Amino acid sequence: MKKLFQTLGPSFLVFVLLMLVACGGTTTGGGTPTPTTSSGGNLNIAFLPKQINNPYFDTAAKGGQLAATDLKGQFKQVGPSTANAAAQVPFITTLTEQRVGAIVISGDDPNAVAPALKQAMSQGVKVVSYDADVAPDARNVFINQANSEQIGRSEVDLLAQQINSAGQIAVLSAASTAANQNTWIGFMKDELATKYPNMQLVKVVYGNDDDQTSFNDTLALLQQYPNLKGIISPTTVGIAAAARALESVKKGGKVALTGLGTPNQLRQYVKDGTIKGFELWDPGNLGYLAYYVAALLVEGKIKGTVGETFTAGKLGSYTIGANNVVLLGPPTVFNAANIDNFNF
Amino acid sequence: MKMTTTSHEVESAKQRNHMGLARLPGLVSRVRELGLLAVLFFIILVVSVQAPRFLSIDNFVQILLSVAIIAIVAVGETLVVLTRNVDLSVGSMVGITAFVTAYFFQQIPNTNILVGILLGCVLGLALGSINGLIVSLGRVPAIVATLGTLYVYRGLLFVIGSNTTTQVNASDVPPGYLALATTQILGIPALILIAAVIAIIAAYFLHASKSGRQLYAVGSNPAAADMIGIRRNRLVFAAFAASGLLAGLAGVLWGARFATVGATAATGLELQVIAAVVVGGVNIFGGSGTILGAVLGAIVLGTLQNALNILNISQFWLQASYGAAIIGAVVLDAIITRWVQRTILARRKKV
Repeated sequence: MKKLFQTLGPSFLVFVLLMLVACGGTTTGGGTPTPTTSSGGNLNIAFLPKQINNPYFDTAAKGGQLAATDLKGQFKQVGPSTANAAAQVPFITTLTEQRVGAIVISGDDPNAVAPALKQAMSQGVKVVSYDADVAPDARNVFINQANSEQIGRSEVDLLAQQINSAGQIAVLSAASTAANQNTWIGFMKDELATKYPNMQLVKVVYGNDDDQTSFNDTLALLQQYPNLKGIISPTTVGIAAAARALESVKKGGKVALTGLGTPNQLRQYVKDGTIKGFELWDPGNLGYLAYYVAALLVEGKIKGTVGETFTAGKLGSYTIGANNVVLLGPPTVFNAANIDNFNF
Repeated sequence: MKMTTTSHEVESAKQRNHMGLARLPGLVSRVRELGLLAVLFFIILVVSVQAPRFLSIDNFVQILLSVAIIAIVAVGETLVVLTRNVDLSVGSMVGITAFVTAYFFQQIPNTNILVGILLGCVLGLALGSINGLIVSLGRVPAIVATLGTLYVYRGLLFVIGSNTTTQVNASDVPPGYLALATTQILGIPALILIAAVIAIIAAYFLHASKSGRQLYAVGSNPAAADMIGIRRNRLVFAAFAASGLLAGLAGVLWGARFATVGATAATGLELQVIAAVVVGGVNIFGGSGTILGAVLGAIVLGTLQNALNILNISQFWLQASYGAAIIGAVVLDAIITRWVQRTILARRKKV
């Protein structure tokens, strides 16, 4: 037996080393980097989310895949296994070397990825950002899931309805460097200042999209502010962890919770009353639109200039707005009445 | 972990001799825990002056709850560190067992909760055994071997995740499973009780069993341990296997506590665990330290985090303060230990 292990030992080590080399990221979807020869150009489009194996980005990827099927293009998704701007850069470099037609990216940090993206663009790769924008000169078009202003303000409104527009509230965000989070929080503050004089934002905490950190942050908020009336968590990991934390200290329903989340993830908490209502755009549609725009850019059917209009398959027609931004549309509010109609 | 073949009498004579030598370090290590307790009371004192609500039973229960899972993993880590090794893969093992257990409950919601717990423990034991084999038979330094398996296990979890479901949500698992983290037995949360029982069993094993004492021997002087006929490989293997088993159990509880389990669950947990072990006075180079110390280490760190939160220190400073406090705790502990040691020695000289 011992001999067996001694012989197996070295081969296992080789396996370990191989896995080490392969670690750090994974490819999903069946994309091979062989260039296609379709008339319009290289419809080999890669999604680079902040993090793979994240339900939100996976739903967006499904939308991208759907668009790829509609357009007979290729789809693949690559990315780091933990959200980290530095980790995205090597993926951009690799994709550029693989000569993909377009990179569709959700930037973890708008500036950290910019040099690599500019390099990609200089070699003819089209860049579309979705979910979280990158520096404007490092992409052709940004697909905005919803107007930041709309999201920030509507979340405050949603919470205000639940706590009669009065009391202390807090925000549980993702990383303190996430551009979209910070923009939303900016509009939340503005909405509070202009419409809700009796609601007081006492603290913004950062759970870094980590279950444990977000969970502990929520408990810490409850300790620091015993009179806390509500929490807004505009991030899917944060809101689920916050819901479980509230439930675990029997504050579910007593401290209101809203924010951005997916219906599957929060179904339990909506049904047991911990969350009365939350919102989100359909990430599937976001992925679909992002792929579609990337494909149109690759095929040269649009240039990505302000004012251009185009039709994106099942989603209808869109116009490229100021700063080369395309707006997906208003978010959907999910509550006990409608949550069972959604499955993502 | 049975004691093996060599003449039993000779063995126990050597054992007794070893115990005699171990008496002084044993005393010091007990004193080390007193040092930790002093640090703990110091934190409590300072913080409760600033923020009286820190001193509520409810708050202490919350602190204990937040460290329960870490403490369970830290018990296993202590066994490994005592043998002059380290297990960096515990975070990945917790993640993989949390996910697999939650997924199991999602697929077969009507199974007895105990079956799921057993599944997690067996999976953890298997992963820990792989670590044990690589280190003991493969002769790979533990820091390299478990750094490797940290990535291998996490990678495996991503593979499992991408072939099954990206995330198991609270509504996907039976309420009985989630209740593991919220049930109370005689008014005490089950999580805390489970951690306490495990710590007591492990502490008793280390203190009273022959294999337990031999773990110290292996860590303090591997060559000598070999010479007196201790089956070193076997003990090192067993320590890693136990670490895996406890990480597996912790994974089951992790899923129950956080209710939403994805492929990134428990990423980075190993650092919190090792911090607890080190702050708890377990010598990172093996051979000395106790379970009580490691558990106290986890509690001190949990209390510290809670205190920094209650004092409303900006989150950006929190990490830095946390790190500084770790160093501070270790230094203070070392100073106290040295002081007590010196007094004891002085007293002995007088006698």
